[in-house]
Amino acid sequence: MNPTPLKDRAAIVGIGQTEFAKHLEPSEKALACRAIAMALDDAGIAAHEVDAFAAYTMEATDEVEIAKAVGAGDVTFFSRVGFGGGGSCATVGHLAMAIATGQASVGVAWRSRKRGSGPRPWTDTVNQLATPAQWTRPFGLLRPVDEIAILARRYMHEYGLTREQLGAVAIACRNRANANPAAIMYDRPLTLDDYLSARMISDPLCLFDNCLETDGALAVVMVSAERARDCRQAPVYVHAFGQGLPAQHHGMVNYWNDDPLAGPSWIAAKQLWKHSDLGPADVDVAQIYDAFTPLIPLSLEGYGFCGKGEGGAFADDGGLELAGRLPINTSGGGLSEAYVHGFNLINEGVRQLRGTSTNQVDGASTCLVTAGEAVPTSAVLLRRD
Amino acid sequence: MLKPLVDDDGAPYFAYAAKGELRMQACANCGEVLFPPRPMCPRCQGMEFAWKLMSGRGHVWSFAVPRPPLLPDYAALAPYPVVVVELEEDRRLRLVGNLVAAEDADIDSVDPATIEIGQPVRAVFREIEGLFVAAWTPDE
Repeated sequence: MNPTPLKDRAAIVGIGQTEFAKHLEPSEKALACRAIAMALDDAGIAAHEVDAFAAYTMEATDEVEIAKAVGAGDVTFFSRVGFGGGGSCATVGHLAMAIATGQASVGVAWRSRKRGSGPRPWTDTVNQLATPAQWTRPFGLLRPVDEIAILARRYMHEYGLTREQLGAVAIACRNRANANPAAIMYDRPLTLDDYLSARMISDPLCLFDNCLETDGALAVVMVSAERARDCRQAPVYVHAFGQGLPAQHHGMVNYWNDDPLAGPSWIAAKQLWKHSDLGPADVDVAQIYDAFTPLIPLSLEGYGFCGKGEGGAFADDGGLELAGRLPINTSGGGLSEAYVHGFNLINEGVRQLRGTSTNQVDGASTCLVTAGEAVPTSAVLLRRD
Repeated sequence: MLKPLVDDDGAPYFAYAAKGELRMQACANCGEVLFPPRPMCPRCQGMEFAWKLMSGRGHVWSFAVPRPPLLPDYAALAPYPVVVVELEEDRRLRLVGNLVAAEDADIDSVDPATIEIGQPVRAVFREIEGLFVAAWTPDE
């Protein structure tokens, strides 16, 4: 039996996205429909051919409503991955598995958010104290940024991570956004002085260590590799996929793990590389989930681009810039393009492999895309012919 | 302030804390000490537990200093430090909590600039909306 039946068996053939803004008029449901219709049009595939959907939790619109509105046919596969931003890449992975195993033929994954318009999720005091959070939130560790700030300070203490290195992460993303007209921060340059003098949100993390709050929706369309060859766009293959939920993990606060600085990305990475013909050295460009700047160095370590504790130094000297060792978040990422729970990173990965990014990496043929680190996570390795 | 949620697994913690004791869930079969509390021992799958008295001593593993925007009760006291303390008995027993100058002091009573990772702390007990939880004071 082939131990890696997923490898290059499914491909992304369509992408769609709405505009990104602090506030958009349409509902989340309407935005989702618009992004899906654009992705189908990009693929040249009719809506009635769609027979699979994948989404991730914190999505307000369900598959029933989406399928009905966009005109899908009879649906034979649907999945919803848990843990918010950790599920973005798993939607692509689940559709790839469904297509590779014949459970479906045309899959759609999507994300629609109005985080720019609505209240912050952490202000919901009713849901604030679900069992996992009861041991953290009452003490004033209220928001995700507070939870990551604890990890960041420990990382600084243990491995010498500096604020300047986190600033380099924020600036790399901002520089990419400055060249991407779709990005919220298209015309807003960021300097290290701006970064270092910004107000603290949860010391040691400042304003620019945090992602944006954005309205917008995105979608991808997937089919088998065989069918992809006949589609309108060059296929972007799902080469490998991994999910990760470490032993003794606790969402957002991995503090009860043996090593809290080795988060879910380490597990997803092990799974991803095990089923890949390629390794970290073969990755031309990466889209790394960046709800907060420290997630980038932690993920660089987890996915094997550098050693433990070396992620901060990797960002120094332009390591993450376009000409650097590993260009990242070439559309601006969650920090500077839009925070749509990481789905914009998937679409940008596809654009890189089509050669249509506004920050194109010359000759890019492989792109790693990751989902939220610090929660049960996922990643896909995309490649082109 | 947000009141901690008391569920079946965690209820004994709060009952002991109300008596001024920091006790951790321990497997009655294999002795594994667990935090946070849960219905099954992940080492031996036992489902009977004792609650082991801790020394109440530990070290600051890390800390953050939140600033607004925050929920109103917390914003009124910001910036305040939130610490993660590793217990002396087992470094994997790390508790999120407040570092305070004394058990009746507010959560902003310790200047964050004076806190160091690794500094010794000891448990005191503080009331949050009728429930008692461990908090921490600097231990010389």
